[in-house]
Amino acid sequence: MSEMPASDVGELPPEALDIDVAAFTGEFPIRVEGLRNAFGDQVIHDGLSLEVRKGEILGVVGGSGSGKSVLMRSIIGLQTPEAGQIEVLGRSITDARDDKEIDIRARWGVLFQGGALFSTLTVAENVEVPLKEFYPELGPELMHEIARYKVVLSGLPEDATSKYPSELSGGMKKRAGLARALALDPELLFLDEPTAGLDPIGAAAFDELIVELQSTLGLTVFLITHDLDTLHEICDRVAVIADKKVIAVGTIEELVATDHPWIQEYFNGPRGRAAKETKDRFDNSRVKAGAKAVDGVEGLDSPERPGA
Amino acid sequence: MRSFADFSTEAGDADSDGGGGTLIFSGPMLVSGLGMIDRRLRDLQGPFKTIDLGQVESIDTVGAWIAWRTARDHDAKIVNCTPEVERLIEAVSKAEGGGDIHPPRGRLFEHVPEAVGLLVTGWGAGIKGIIAFLGAVVVAFGSVIRHPRRFRTKALIHQFELVGVSSLPIIGLMSFLIGIVVAQQGAVQLRQFGAEIYTINLTGRLSLRELGVLMTAIMVAGRSGSAFAAQIGTMKLTEEVDAMRTIGVSPIEALVIPRILAAVLMMPLLGFYSSVMAIIGGAAIAALTLGIPFFTFLGRIQEVVPIHDLWVCLVKAPVFGLIVAVSGCYQGMQVKGNSEEVGLRTTMAVVQAIFMVIVLDAFFAVFFTNIGWA
Repeated sequence: MSEMPASDVGELPPEALDIDVAAFTGEFPIRVEGLRNAFGDQVIHDGLSLEVRKGEILGVVGGSGSGKSVLMRSIIGLQTPEAGQIEVLGRSITDARDDKEIDIRARWGVLFQGGALFSTLTVAENVEVPLKEFYPELGPELMHEIARYKVVLSGLPEDATSKYPSELSGGMKKRAGLARALALDPELLFLDEPTAGLDPIGAAAFDELIVELQSTLGLTVFLITHDLDTLHEICDRVAVIADKKVIAVGTIEELVATDHPWIQEYFNGPRGRAAKETKDRFDNSRVKAGAKAVDGVEGLDSPERPGA
Repeated sequence: MRSFADFSTEAGDADSDGGGGTLIFSGPMLVSGLGMIDRRLRDLQGPFKTIDLGQVESIDTVGAWIAWRTARDHDAKIVNCTPEVERLIEAVSKAEGGGDIHPPRGRLFEHVPEAVGLLVTGWGAGIKGIIAFLGAVVVAFGSVIRHPRRFRTKALIHQFELVGVSSLPIIGLMSFLIGIVVAQQGAVQLRQFGAEIYTINLTGRLSLRELGVLMTAIMVAGRSGSAFAAQIGTMKLTEEVDAMRTIGVSPIEALVIPRILAAVLMMPLLGFYSSVMAIIGGAAIAALTLGIPFFTFLGRIQEVVPIHDLWVCLVKAPVFGLIVAVSGCYQGMQVKGNSEEVGLRTTMAVVQAIFMVIVLDAFFAVFFTNIGWA
């Protein structure tokens, strides 16, 4: 017996009506073409092009000052480029005349380097900001519940919800920033050096968390990092920025096969080799020990590995 | 356009499954489409034995959370979901948290006395803090005098420019207008006694003794005192002050002393300049409306204003400068925590400085009259 007709969903608050949630059906959620960025005389990007595939974790690497963060800021519309076209989820960012025209903000989440939490709000209130902004009809009870599970999902202890950002450590701020970035279950996730400044255990847990979220939610992840372990462990492809453009995109094996000196030095330097060895060793032991070894580490399971 | 999730219920077969009904979700269970059904779900009367997700088009963590929470509340079983959805539900169920959204707050009769107590002890700590700060400044002055090479001449000159030179236009304009107001209003009153000529005495003495330096102190508190608090406060937040300390640079020597010196040295000049501008304003309006020629007005000033009025101005000004600078720097150094505090401390710096300046001005007025500088 059906009690309620399917059309009866009640009245929607007027301010909540114009959110675009149409599914993006294309292959490349992010397309950048011929991007040029410059600060005064200093040219950061010149003719940079990049395509991010749907459902992949794309790592972005490059030397310090090569413009990785500027690229991210351009893609999310915080930096107006001098020339070039940027399309995110089928919408042009570069043609938008003001912030209002970028109507896909409900569909991406951004984690800034330092977390960029609102310092006068608690962690839970920070997570609720995007919910209140885009979906005020959710109601406070459900928002509180969402904030609580997002916080735990991001690897914070559950009592962190009522803390202010100034009471958190650097790593906890990043996790809280991630919880806020994930508040709306976005299709696209931008992460700016998520594991920088975390201890190796925390960084590994963060990597696993991102993979876990990516596989359960089908996220596309744009990940800026210098962490070679992260690159080896979780990135499907890696884009290398040098000489003001993306000089190569591909899996690490493909990149290592090129003969560009910077790429060679990056992946075959002492740290690059160490990270690769770690990964190989880890993969081998996983294959050899099989399910037993996985059971063995289950005891160490942290909240960072939901559903693992 | 958005589409929304919905649900329907089906009564269970009392014989086979013990009377529990079935809750069937349909549509997209996404954060964008769930807002309207949450309240209805909470009000829903059970019992349900099964929750059917077979008709759900797509699901995200919020949808998974709602499905899981409903299942938990009704002690029901979730059926007809794909392995991915199962994983998602398991992930959010593990992430259930019970933390507070806001920090816990005591009841009214507990937290009001607590707030009052904190305020009182805060005052005590503030008085102690400002005395300690003054002490630190004096010690730093001493050490700079003993090691003159540590003195930051460049910073001082930069502050001279910010506190003094760049405030000339606004202080000049303000004083000129105040001179006009005093002379014009004074003339209106004095005309009743046929004593319009005393407008010159009124404008000259009032400008030099009181208005010039007082208005300048208020303007400097608003312009420079607030800037001191905000600059130093932001440097505290970004750990620049801590970085200085670890390198061995004393923040008091590097940040506070140049600012205090600049304010103390610039205030007499600005105060005098302000008085002169006020007198010029008075002379201008007198020439226009009272028929007293401009240069006659200025010439009479020399005769009717005693020289000790100038000394009153020049004695008060550096003291006011000291108060403005110390209160700005002190409040800036007290910033910790978040950006809201920078604003709060900046406001406090200005309010405190202006209040102290006016209190001291009253004291000076009585004091100078009593020592015969009437």
